[in-house]
Amino acid sequence: MIKLEPRGERSATMAYLSPVLAALLTMLTGLLLFTLLNVDPVEALITILYVPISDTHGIAELCVKTAPILLCAIGLSVVFKAKIWNIGAEGQLLMGGLFGSYIALQLIEAEGFWVLPIVLIAGILGGMFWSGIAAILKVRFHTNEILTTIMMNYIALNILLWAVHGPLKDPEGFNFPESALFGDSALLPVLIEGTRVHFGMALALFAVVAVWVLMSRSFYGFQIKVMGMDAGAARLSGFKEKRLTYFALLLSGGLAGLAGVGEVTGPIGQLIPQISPGYGYAAIIVAFLGRLHPLGILLASLLMALLYMGGEMAQISLGLPLALTGLFQGMLLFYLLACDVLISFRIRLKPRKVKTSTPLTPLASETRG
Amino acid sequence: MDIDLITNILYAMIRTGTPLLIVALGELVCEKSGVLNLGQEGMMLMGAVVGFIVTLLSGSLLLGFILAMVAGVLMSLIFGLITMELSANQVATGLALTIFGTGLSAFIGSEFVGKPIEGLDPVFIPVLTDLPIIGRMLFGQDLIVYLSFILFGAVYWFINYSRPGLVLKAVGENPHAANAIGLPVFKTRYLAIIFGGAMAGLAGGYLSLAYTPLWAENMSAGRGWIALALVVFASWKAERVLLGAWLFGLASILHLVFQGLGFAVSPNLLAILPYLATVVVLVILSSNQTRSRLVAPMSLGNPFHARG
Repeated sequence: MIKLEPRGERSATMAYLSPVLAALLTMLTGLLLFTLLNVDPVEALITILYVPISDTHGIAELCVKTAPILLCAIGLSVVFKAKIWNIGAEGQLLMGGLFGSYIALQLIEAEGFWVLPIVLIAGILGGMFWSGIAAILKVRFHTNEILTTIMMNYIALNILLWAVHGPLKDPEGFNFPESALFGDSALLPVLIEGTRVHFGMALALFAVVAVWVLMSRSFYGFQIKVMGMDAGAARLSGFKEKRLTYFALLLSGGLAGLAGVGEVTGPIGQLIPQISPGYGYAAIIVAFLGRLHPLGILLASLLMALLYMGGEMAQISLGLPLALTGLFQGMLLFYLLACDVLISFRIRLKPRKVKTSTPLTPLASETRG
Repeated sequence: MDIDLITNILYAMIRTGTPLLIVALGELVCEKSGVLNLGQEGMMLMGAVVGFIVTLLSGSLLLGFILAMVAGVLMSLIFGLITMELSANQVATGLALTIFGTGLSAFIGSEFVGKPIEGLDPVFIPVLTDLPIIGRMLFGQDLIVYLSFILFGAVYWFINYSRPGLVLKAVGENPHAANAIGLPVFKTRYLAIIFGGAMAGLAGGYLSLAYTPLWAENMSAGRGWIALALVVFASWKAERVLLGAWLFGLASILHLVFQGLGFAVSPNLLAILPYLATVVVLVILSSNQTRSRLVAPMSLGNPFHARG
C-alpha cells in the first residue's frame, strides 16, 4: 500500500527536482501517446524537442518566441509571490499590443530614435491599464482577481478584434482585419544580423535581472514575499497591503504589455488579430514550473518556447494537430502539481507501525491541519 | 418591439442560459462541499468534443450526451485525485484542468472541426407551446432544456430539504467537525466533484450537440468561468443560480435585441457584454466583504487532510 507521510518540513531538493520530474513524466506520456497514434515515438520526440533548434536559425527563432513568454512569466512571478492570482497576462499582453499599435499607427510617418520608446511605453501603459483595473477592483471592492482577470482576457480579445476590424484597419488593406505596416522607426531593432532576434529578448533578459534584484535585494520585494506568505504578519509589520497589491499587479501588467508591444513591433510589424498563441496562459505554467525564481523561469520559458516550435514542427512533418502544444502544456502543469506533493510528503510503501502506548482517539489523531 | 421579437428573445435567453445553468448547478454542489474547481471550462470542452465525436460516429445523440458526461466525470476525477489524495492547491489544479482540457479537446477534435451533425431538435409540448410570449420560452425547447429545469429542481431540493444535502453543507462549512461526528468528508467531496464534472460534461455536450451542432476549438468561450462567477453572484443559492444563468443568457444574446431594434453596433463590442456583466456583478456583490464571507461555504478552497 502506498502511503504519503508528511516530511515535517519542505524539502528544498524536491522543490527543484519536481519540475524536472514533471518534464520527464510529460515526455514519457508523450512517448505513450505517439505509440498509440502510430507515430514513431522516438522520431516524434526528436521532431518536437531537437529538430526545431538543430540549427542557428532555429535557436534564433527560439529566442524570438521566448521573449514574450519570459516577459509575462517574470511579471507573474512577482504577483504570484504575493499570492495574487493574476490569470490575465494574456489580456494585458493584448492590450499592450493594441495600445502600442495605436501609437505606432499615429506615428507611422514619423522618423527618429524617439518613436520606438514612445510606442513601447504606450504598450507598457496598455498592460498596466488592464491589470490596474483588476487591482482597483481587488483593492477597493474585494473582487476575486481570478475571475476578473479571466473575464478581462475575453474583453481584451474582443476589443482587439473590434479594433482590427474597425478603427485600426488598414484602409488600403483590401478589407483584411489587419493594420497598416508600422513605420521603420517604430520597429524593434534586430539584435543579431540575419535573424529575427530582436531587441525584445534583451528587454526580457533585463526584466529578469531587474525582478531578481527587486525580489531578492530590495525591501519592496521582501514585503511582497511576506505578504504572500502571511498576509496577517505583513499587516502587523505595517506593510501597506494595498500599495503592494497595486505595485505587483501594475508591474506584471506592464511587463505583459511590453511583451505584447514587443510582438507587434518585433516579429509581426503590424497589428493582427493573432498577436499571441496563448503566451499569457503559457506564462502561468512557466511561472510555476520555474518555481517563481528568475533563473528557473528563464529555463522554463525556453522549454515552453521550444514546445510551441515543436508543436509546429510536429504538424508540418508528422501531420499531428497543432493543439499538441496545448496538450503538453496542460500535462506539464498537472504533473508538476502532482510531483509537488513530494515537497512536503514522502512516499512510503508500507504504513509504518506506530508504537504509542497512549493511543489518541482515532478521529482526532487522523485529523490534521 | 413586437410580440414575435419578445417571444424569440425569451426563447433564445433560456436556450443560451441552459449550458450556464447546468454547469453552474454542478459547480454549486461542488462548492457547497468546500471544493473550488476552476476547471469547469476544461471539463466543458472535453464534454463538448467527446459528445460531438461520439454522436458523429455513432449517430446517437443519447450516446453522445452520456459519454460527454463520462468525459466530464473523468476530468473531474483527475482534479479529485490531485487535490484530495495529493492535497494540491485547488486553484492551481483547477487552472491546470482548464489548460489541459483546452489542449486535449483541441487535440482530439482537430479532425472533426467543421463537420456537420444533426443537432437536437426542440420538442413542442402540445397546447402549452402556443401560449403567448412564454409558450416558446418554456415549452418549445429541446429535451436538455427541460432536463435543466428538472436538474434545477433536484439540486434545489437536495441542498435545502434532503439529509445528504445537509451532510454536503456540513462538510463544506466545517470538514473537521463533520469528520469528528463521523460524516464521510472524502466521499462527500468526491461525489460533489464527480457531480460537478458530469454537469460540466453535459453542458459541454449541449453546446456541441444542440446549441450550435458542430465542434470548434475553445467553443465554450469562457462559459465555464462565467458559471464560476454565477455561483458567487447567486450567493451559493440554487434559485439565484437559475435566475443568474438566464440573465446571463440574455446578456449573451443582446446583439439579437439590438439588431431587432435596428441599432448597428460592432458584433465584437457586443460580444464583450456577458464578460463585462460578469465583472460588474462580481464588483457589486463582493464590495460588501462581511456579507461575502458569510454566504460562501466556510472551508471553500481549503484542502482537508484526514488520512495522516
